[in-house]
Amino acid sequence: MRKYLSFFRIRFIGGLQYRAAAWAGVVTQFAWGFMSILMYKAFYNSAPESFPMEFSQLTTYLWLQQALLAMFMPWLFDSEIFDNIISGNVAYELCRPCDLYNMWFVKNAATRLANTVLRCIPIIVVAAFLPYPYNMSLPAGWVQGILFIVSVILGFSLLVSISMLVYISAFYTLSADGIKILTVTLIEFFSGAVIPIPFFPDSVQTVFHLLPFASLQNTPFLIYVGYTIGSDALISVAVQAFWLIVTLVAGRLLIKRAVKKVVVQGG
Amino acid sequence: MRLYFKYLAILFKSRMQYKASFFMTAAGQFIVSFSAFFGVYFMFDRFSEVDGYTFSEVLICFAAVLLAFSLAECFFRGFDTFPKLIKSGALDRILLRPRSVIFQVLTSTIEFSRIGRFLQAVITLAYAIPTSGVVWTFDKVMTLILMVVGGMGVYSALFILYAGISFFTIEGLEFMNVFTDGTREFGKYPLSIYGKGILGFFTYVIPIALFQYYPFLYLIGRTDNLWYAFLPLIGLVFLLPCYAFFAFGLSRYMSTGS
Repeated sequence: MRKYLSFFRIRFIGGLQYRAAAWAGVVTQFAWGFMSILMYKAFYNSAPESFPMEFSQLTTYLWLQQALLAMFMPWLFDSEIFDNIISGNVAYELCRPCDLYNMWFVKNAATRLANTVLRCIPIIVVAAFLPYPYNMSLPAGWVQGILFIVSVILGFSLLVSISMLVYISAFYTLSADGIKILTVTLIEFFSGAVIPIPFFPDSVQTVFHLLPFASLQNTPFLIYVGYTIGSDALISVAVQAFWLIVTLVAGRLLIKRAVKKVVVQGG
Repeated sequence: MRLYFKYLAILFKSRMQYKASFFMTAAGQFIVSFSAFFGVYFMFDRFSEVDGYTFSEVLICFAAVLLAFSLAECFFRGFDTFPKLIKSGALDRILLRPRSVIFQVLTSTIEFSRIGRFLQAVITLAYAIPTSGVVWTFDKVMTLILMVVGGMGVYSALFILYAGISFFTIEGLEFMNVFTDGTREFGKYPLSIYGKGILGFFTYVIPIALFQYYPFLYLIGRTDNLWYAFLPLIGLVFLLPCYAFFAFGLSRYMSTGS
């Protein structure tokens, strides 16, 4: 356990060094969040009665999305891992006295968290002080707040374990580019990153909820803004836990199989 | 020009060595843009119109921007690698060769896999052209072509500008994405829906609206002012300051050494 903790620490501290890049990121995300709000505002003005939630709930959702982007952005991959698998250097990693899966998992989580820590605070502070209804408000209640924290942790772990599956696929295909781009697209669309899930027609939403991707950012954010409440919230958290277990088990099985018959490239 | 096509052929052959990866990436790009399309589709499913624009009208705007972007990206995204060229010192090698820097960067990476996005744009356009209710007279066809050409010019200019900035700083370049990927994303809708301030910014500072919003108004018959159709050509002028900035950066360039 201790060795994984130090892997985490190294990555986390390393990640905190890129402050100028993080500032540029914050400014970019502000522009992005601002434009998204204006876009939904235009739709809201055209037909306010068709809006599936309060406008202020939506703005909170959008700011959360920007603040926690580094946690949930699907396109962040550690190119080092792909290079290692493809060049055959993974053989050295296998010599280490630690579990490949845990090590990669921890490293990925640390990079994302470091990024989030750098970016979320300025975004949340500024977004909180914007005039109503464009601001980011507090959780809908303390129960919602606690559930949100649980749900964010589950959703974040689920995203990392899904990206682990993409890394592992490189053992089998040796060129993960295609799978990478497909996974990223699926996650973006079905997790509500393009458009929050409540905006889709009801029949389509059913499909969304059958897929694991709705358990990523959608669940915690909707709990935070008070859209998913009561027993629905508890059920959606349970669904998150279910998918997390499924992807973790699948990832471990696949990596075990891959390592057993790994053909190391090159000499 | 002949040399350019030769480079093109070589690059194409080298990409074809990894066929599976190429097709997967192209397919991925195709689906990526599809998710953007469905995003628009489902928003209109719920709201039926935005700011008075209907779904099929917005689709034309969406497809024109996407087409312009994908063309510019296919040929000019090589400038994205510029920070890397400077950092690694590979630019020095380029400077030694008896061809212009721009030419060499253009030929170093041509992203054929962007064909996925291009195809998507063409399909969307093919769907939008008959359903939009626009009577396709000669001037309307020409407007659409000008929109795409103008857009391609402006996006290329932005890519060149990006490379120019990287002469001075390689930190903070992420912000440029707001103007490239950002305007592609938000340019799905006519820029006027974001309010007067944003429209003004994208008219006078970064001339996205010149090829997106104004000619679009003429296309769907919101205005009879034929001048609006020619505004994309003014947008092309944006290439000049961007190129000048790039040239200025290049003249100040001092190698990073190796």
